[in-house]
Amino acid sequence: MRNAWTIAKREFNHYFVSPVAYAVAFTLFLVLGIIFNFNVATSTIGFFGGPPQVTQWVFGPFVTLMLFLTPGLTMRLLAEEQRTGTLELLLTAPIKEWELVTGKWLAAVAFMCVILFISAIYFVIGNAITDPGLDWGVVGSAYLGFLLLVAALMAIGVFTSSLFANQIAAFFATFAISLGLWLVGLFAPQGETGIFAEVVRYLDISGHYYDNFIRGVLDLSSTVYFVSVTVLFLFLATRVVESRRWR
Amino acid sequence: MIQVEDLTKRYGARTAIDRLTFHANKGEIVGFLGPNGAGKTTTMRILTGFMPPSEGSGRVAGFDLLTESLEVRKRVGYLPESVPLYPEMTVVQYLDFMAELRQIPNRADRVDEVMEMVRIDDRAESYIGNLSKGLRQRVGLAQALLHKPEVLIMDEPMDGLDPQQQKEVKALIREIGKEQTVMLSTHILAHAQELCNRVIIIAGGRIVAEDTPERLSTQIAGGGRIHLQVDGDSDGLVEALRAISGVVDVRRVASDRFEIETAPGTDGRAKIAHAVVTGGWRLLELHRDKASLEEIFLELTKDEKDAQASVALPKKSNQRST
Ligand SMILES: Nc1ncnc2c1ncn2[C@@H]1O[C@H](COP(=O)(O)OP(=O)(O)OP(=O)(O)O)[C@@H](O)[C@H]1O
Ligand SMILES: [Mg+2]
Repeated sequence: MRNAWTIAKREFNHYFVSPVAYAVAFTLFLVLGIIFNFNVATSTIGFFGGPPQVTQWVFGPFVTLMLFLTPGLTMRLLAEEQRTGTLELLLTAPIKEWELVTGKWLAAVAFMCVILFISAIYFVIGNAITDPGLDWGVVGSAYLGFLLLVAALMAIGVFTSSLFANQIAAFFATFAISLGLWLVGLFAPQGETGIFAEVVRYLDISGHYYDNFIRGVLDLSSTVYFVSVTVLFLFLATRVVESRRWR
Repeated sequence: MIQVEDLTKRYGARTAIDRLTFHANKGEIVGFLGPNGAGKTTTMRILTGFMPPSEGSGRVAGFDLLTESLEVRKRVGYLPESVPLYPEMTVVQYLDFMAELRQIPNRADRVDEVMEMVRIDDRAESYIGNLSKGLRQRVGLAQALLHKPEVLIMDEPMDGLDPQQQKEVKALIREIGKEQTVMLSTHILAHAQELCNRVIIIAGGRIVAEDTPERLSTQIAGGGRIHLQVDGDSDGLVEALRAISGVVDVRRVASDRFEIETAPGTDGRAKIAHAVVTGGWRLLELHRDKASLEEIFLELTKDEKDAQASVALPKKSNQRST
């Protein structure tokens, strides 16, 4: 575990010298800022009616954006090590494959935590301009769910990054898998019943967030879902790194 | 310290190394010599636990390569061929990171120590991406030395170093080779000749010769060419020389100079000297060509098919097949 931490520390520091990470952060806050502004403006003139949904304003677009931004944050993690050959260095050091994979993932999640911390500004503002203020329980639930969701997406990213020595390939593979999980719910339209529809609905990654956490519902089965996806893809990534040795 | 048996590695249908068996003792510097694609890097990657062999087994630093890879990796220092480094890190940052991975106590002190050993301490704060090839090579070497490895494996350690640096690195390797086991690969025969206690020549994935550099030289030079120069009259000398047992051929290269071919495994110099003097000629000079490792290397690896046909019998290197 100590090795995972060492790997994570190095990778986390790398985000702060990486132009990609800054581009991601810039895009994120630009889009979120514009949407937030728009929402604040329209709600003060009572355009849509109803109480302002600050949590939705922020996390609605935030989650969608993560679909595009996660691959950007995870694509280099293992792909670059393979391309430059530094993987040889790591795999001949006394560390286990799972430590390497977990460390990489941890770094990406930690970087996301920094971004999440900055995003709190929207809620501080939101709290100030709404009456009677925000329901902090809902905000907390939205944050927790978001972190679980992003952790799962990051695990997918680490997995695809282990498959390729090319960052672009890793980017699109992550995007494809995430998008697949995002849209799989379309196969089970509202009202359809039966075991197939149930399974498909459970696989839908967006449903677990939009139906539960963002509304302030801390759902156990959704939590299990996110954790399972994370563990599964980290496990797969570990196996891929192990199998590299056998080629 | 290193002991491998029948090591084989296949990449798909291509056999990169084929049943290699060799060993290296403590306090020994073993050179791995061979042309491009001979399988040097592949062998070293197996020894360092980067990948397992397709077949065969081995022990490094007292642990099994297959079942105790982690223990092996703790005790092996490795300088990979391409010297992979993180360009966005400074030298200290990088070495500190590697030291932390290897869980070295008093990291900062040890990092300073190895930086001094390879003389990179004045560039400690430079970004690795901005270092020259030779300086990067030294950083890689520093990394390999961090944990005071029992076994040091270096894939072409002299590559890209200037002569002064080569001298320093050689001295460093010699120093380490006194206590630890060192295995290095190189194309440059002079380095192996100077540095190694034992040389393993491989070609086409097989060992074609293995011995001390000196013995390898005499193996071939045994059946070598002797140069003779006499003063003044040399009538009848050729015939006299031909009569000596062990002499295969005599050529006159100048009026007073001769080249004498002797049969493999014989050193005919004493007999020749005797014949010349008792025959009344005036001996000026008599010396034998000492084959450099270079010649042996070219000889042994000249034709990979040949090398493969002669299998891993070092003795075969005595027989000139041409
Ligand atoms: N990852 C790989 N996949 C397929 N073939 C490989 C791989 N690595 C090496 N080979 C092949 O194995 C053989 C031995 O290669 P290796 O790199 O061990 O040679 P080498 O002795 O280190 O050569 P050089 O002196 O050029 O460094 C070569 O034919 C090479 O093409
Ligand atoms: Mg090589």
